[in-house]
Amino acid sequence: MTIDPITLAVIRGGLEQIADEMDATLERMAFSPVISDGFDRASGIYHVRDGEVIMQGPRGLPNFICVMEFTVRSVIKLVKNIADGDVYIINDPYLGGTHLMDVKMVRPFFYKGKLTAFLANSGHWPDIGGRVPGGFSTRATEIYQEGLRLPPVRIMDKGALNQDVLDIILQNVRVSAERQGDIIAKITALNLGADRLTKLLDRYGEATVFAAVDEMKARSERLMRSHIETIPDGAYKFTDYIDSDGVDWEPLALRLKLTVSGSDVHVDFSESSPPCRGPLNSVFSTTLAGVFIAFKHTFPDVPINAGCFAPFTVDIPTTTFLHAQPPRPVAGCAAEVCQRVIDVMLGALGQAIPDNAYAAPMGTVTNLSVGGENPGKGYYVFYSFIGGGYGGNFLTDGLINGNPTIAVARTQALEIFEFRYPVLFTRYAIREGSGGAGKRRGGYGVIFEFQIRSGDASASLLGERGRFAPFGILGGQSARTAEHVFTLRGEEYRPEHISKDEGVHMEPGDVLSLRTPGGGGYGDPFERPPALVLQDVRRGYYDRATAAKEYGVAIDPEAWVVDARATRGLRARGRKNETADSGE
Amino acid sequence: MGMLVGVDVGGTFTDVVVLDEGRRELRIGKVASTPDDQSSGFITALDDLHVSYSDIDLVTHGTTVATNAVLERDGGRCGLIATRGFRDILELRRRDRPHMYGLTGTYEPLIPRDRRLEVTERIAAEGAVLTPLCEDEVLEAGRLLLAQWSEAIVVSFMNSYANPEHELRAKEILQAEWPDLYVVTSSETLPVFREFERTSTAVVNAYVQPNVGQYLERLEERLHARGYGSDLFIMQSNGGMMSSAAVRNLPLNTVLSGPAAGVIAATRIAAEDGFANLITYDMGGTSLDVSLVQAGKPLPSSGMDLEFGIPLMVSMIDIHTIGAGGGSIARIDQGGLLQVGPQSAGAEPGPVCYGKNGTAPTLTDANLILGRINPRYPIAGVAGASFDVAGARSVIAETIGRPLGLSTEEAAQAIVTVANNRIAGSLRRVSIDKGHDPREFALFSFGGSGPLHAGFLLKELSIGQGIVPYFPGIASAWGCVIADRQHDFVTMQNCLLDALDLAEVERIFADHLAAGEEMLAGERVPLERVSVIREADISYEGQTHVIRTSLPAGKLSHETIAESFRKAYLQHYGRVEEGFGGLEELLAQIPIRLLNLRTAVIGVRADVALKDYVKAPDSTVAAACKEERAVYADGEFVSCPVFERAKLPWGAMLHGPALIEQPDTTVWLEPWCRATVAAGGSLLIEVT
Repeated sequence: MTIDPITLAVIRGGLEQIADEMDATLERMAFSPVISDGFDRASGIYHVRDGEVIMQGPRGLPNFICVMEFTVRSVIKLVKNIADGDVYIINDPYLGGTHLMDVKMVRPFFYKGKLTAFLANSGHWPDIGGRVPGGFSTRATEIYQEGLRLPPVRIMDKGALNQDVLDIILQNVRVSAERQGDIIAKITALNLGADRLTKLLDRYGEATVFAAVDEMKARSERLMRSHIETIPDGAYKFTDYIDSDGVDWEPLALRLKLTVSGSDVHVDFSESSPPCRGPLNSVFSTTLAGVFIAFKHTFPDVPINAGCFAPFTVDIPTTTFLHAQPPRPVAGCAAEVCQRVIDVMLGALGQAIPDNAYAAPMGTVTNLSVGGENPGKGYYVFYSFIGGGYGGNFLTDGLINGNPTIAVARTQALEIFEFRYPVLFTRYAIREGSGGAGKRRGGYGVIFEFQIRSGDASASLLGERGRFAPFGILGGQSARTAEHVFTLRGEEYRPEHISKDEGVHMEPGDVLSLRTPGGGGYGDPFERPPALVLQDVRRGYYDRATAAKEYGVAIDPEAWVVDARATRGLRARGRKNETADSGE
Repeated sequence: MGMLVGVDVGGTFTDVVVLDEGRRELRIGKVASTPDDQSSGFITALDDLHVSYSDIDLVTHGTTVATNAVLERDGGRCGLIATRGFRDILELRRRDRPHMYGLTGTYEPLIPRDRRLEVTERIAAEGAVLTPLCEDEVLEAGRLLLAQWSEAIVVSFMNSYANPEHELRAKEILQAEWPDLYVVTSSETLPVFREFERTSTAVVNAYVQPNVGQYLERLEERLHARGYGSDLFIMQSNGGMMSSAAVRNLPLNTVLSGPAAGVIAATRIAAEDGFANLITYDMGGTSLDVSLVQAGKPLPSSGMDLEFGIPLMVSMIDIHTIGAGGGSIARIDQGGLLQVGPQSAGAEPGPVCYGKNGTAPTLTDANLILGRINPRYPIAGVAGASFDVAGARSVIAETIGRPLGLSTEEAAQAIVTVANNRIAGSLRRVSIDKGHDPREFALFSFGGSGPLHAGFLLKELSIGQGIVPYFPGIASAWGCVIADRQHDFVTMQNCLLDALDLAEVERIFADHLAAGEEMLAGERVPLERVSVIREADISYEGQTHVIRTSLPAGKLSHETIAESFRKAYLQHYGRVEEGFGGLEELLAQIPIRLLNLRTAVIGVRADVALKDYVKAPDSTVAAACKEERAVYADGEFVSCPVFERAKLPWGAMLHGPALIEQPDTTVWLEPWCRATVAAGGSLLIEVT
């Protein structure tokens, strides 16, 4: 069946709107602030045959870009007697997931009595049980320690709530009352999607809609291939590292060989480090998501559906930590490892297409969870994630305090944290000097600093980039690494793994100061226009000494103008040294 | 009885309505806008109508000066004084990025970092003073900011919503030293939590103030020099007007000035025709503004993002804007799909058919090729005497037809269809997405391009009734003439409903009312009565998103508040066939939290009906038909009657396909539509 371009555009718009509406409903009804304020959620429509993604919400979290089709595939494979009105709840990372906190629901969609598609959504819960509040344990050595792990089970059974399953879940997670609200939000969003999809099929007919779906897939593939063809053929290698797995102080290498041939791409991670003891392993679906997110950031106009994955083959063997097997712990996979996958992809692509290249973004979410007893008010779990700088790039300087490349999540207001939890912020500021110097400089990370006001608390931190800085490209410099400092009973304490620790006991007056990385620089800093360097210094992004040393720009401290002569001198001398260095 | 003038300055046109109540006379005018100084076009438009300025009782104005100041970044030079450790709140935003995909782009806050200073002070979430305000530092910060030529200073401290003492003291100190300095505090601007949004809102206010203030001063001078003796009034985003003196302190209330006036006009004109529930859309050259009116009242919203990283949280009419208008550009994307908009050819160069060197095919070009726009009848003379049809045809054939393998007409039809679907999508967003069934609404079409698309939208959204007002192109100016006066107030409560102190709530509402009545009393406009809307932002405990819930009149109890909320919640989210699928019981166990109390105090003016000013034409349908023209519909050209709107007699019924022309727009009656001319001139369209 061929489909005319107008009907195609209309059906495509209709499907997109259904997914978008499911996202909006989930987000507004959610109780988890990570979903409602952080947008850590995704919704989509999936093929009945193999779970292939037909449409995912345009505002959905990038991290789920291809993860959800693995989730749906697990439902198809594992659930017996799929019935209308069922909704399955599932969070097992090994069955198509990310980390345990991302709780997914899948609803089989019946049209005229026949199973026709699957609707699914995912949303991050602030807690899922396990060793530490918030789920980001850094010392777990088995997934069993990380929290409650659900295969696809019926939360709704033919339209009726399955109280037994609900009771098991609520008995196993912290602050469980609010999770009931999230369950309602997710189911309502899926119900709404089913309602809308029925109307779309009534309107255009099943055959036409699915002909459009096939055509959309073909077009996405064609568009992705047309972009890939602009990348010169060749093999591009790039290596970057994870600081440590939280248990052993050993770096984990991501060794990528990206081979482009015509409109095909082969992604080879087979030389990467083996699986690790701590929770910095990644599951296959999350690693793969990183590969596609990097391409989507490079070619943003390709619509997400199964077609855009078609040009890719991958070699990510189970002998690497990027394709771990149960019962390895994986809490760091979605938030941290996936970002490094994107970084190395951007690093390799940057060599191939410098006109479309990015220096590395901060590359870490810096997951912070604090749990404790607020005297007189009860138990709380406070979860936050902290931003960092983006890399300078082919168009602009790097953004200051961006959200991670895998997410669209915003941070919550500090005033809301202070209202809800016994914490007092002492500083939330641009971390000066944290971005890499470059013709287009990296953006800056932040200083996020708070103290405990009352009650004892237990803090856990799962971050990255404490050891290996976000890289610069094309002559740009790397950014500053993360530095996190506790002040406990007046004594300074720095975590052994720099950005990872768990169960740090905090008392009233104790302080945690998180300092996140900036982004790498793009291009030679000596090519940065001196007027922009002056502006940077005026704004206090870095000081005069840095301007002179890294950018070769002399600023007159009295008149606050660029000293043009001295600048020429500095830049000429810098060039000479550089030539001399490279000659040695 | 008086002479009332409404002037709406838009991006392309400045529209004027002069209403002479004594003579029962209505005059309208339309001139090209003058972006460099909007007051020039304003005065030209009035001069053109030969109005005697000394006879005018009231001038009300819809303006885009505040919005333009932000979008074009030419607002005032401001400084910020923040709590020690927090001057970067404004620049850090909420940690986000400009584009979902693609890691490019930066962010320039309205106040750069070198003009943001810190002082020692700290207030806790519960309002306690943890660190007293260091007053010397405030003075020193003021000195430093003035040394950097700051024109205005914003004071925004942490948790000032809970206790404004330090902010108010800082303002006092600054104004004692520099009596003429414009100082804005965040707690007076928006006394609710979320430090970034509150700071941003206060900063926008300070930033646009010089532009709005100077503009209004210039405009008033010109009006008064010509003999106008009263105060100038400005439309606010909430749909009510406010004196220019008050607007100078609260210019942030004017960002949706013109679009809000349009929604007010739609609400009142439709009420004359007997419709209280509306989906309204105002479509001009570049943008489409969509809004929802329920039970005769536009839906309110609590804020919007002016652009990336610039939230503005004030009460306004909920208006959803997308880039879709006559100038929207059609193109084939890399995947081979036809896209229309959001890019626009604007007024310069404009569509290809304007003959002003435009090279990109637009929606207007497509409508022209299909015969739906009269080639010899351009709006307000934008393209000289006639449109360049041949130019439009060749561009569409080349850029759209050939790549898609379509004839020129098919390509033009495809452009219109894709545009229609985008418009329909945004109409769904304000209706279905928010739990409203479009079938329960009438569709109100206005703006220069709006009525061309009404027929399609009625069918697509299964809406039974369409309304095209008598003057679709000057509706916003009409809205200015008839608007009530309105002042909004918000006070944060943030407490579980069970623990809510009802006496306190009554006191807050009474304070709001008193403050509103005082503002109304200070403005010399005759009022019929004062009406009050009481609302509360409510959620289930733990949720971030609140439901703006209307509260019943009379004495409130915990039960009536809970009941109002549950009803509103179900309407927002439960409106799918299965409702909550038996989950209501779970929901009922969760406590309810009341976040904010809101009051709108409305000074209701004597009602003015458009129909009293439109004279019934002494004519017949046959006389109104000026020609037959070939129009492309359903894959072929068909001969269509073309009617002149001004000559259509009341009660006339027209069957599609047909065109109805008037100086400010064209109505395209699709083959499946019929239209009746209502007494008063509105065109009521139905799907047959």
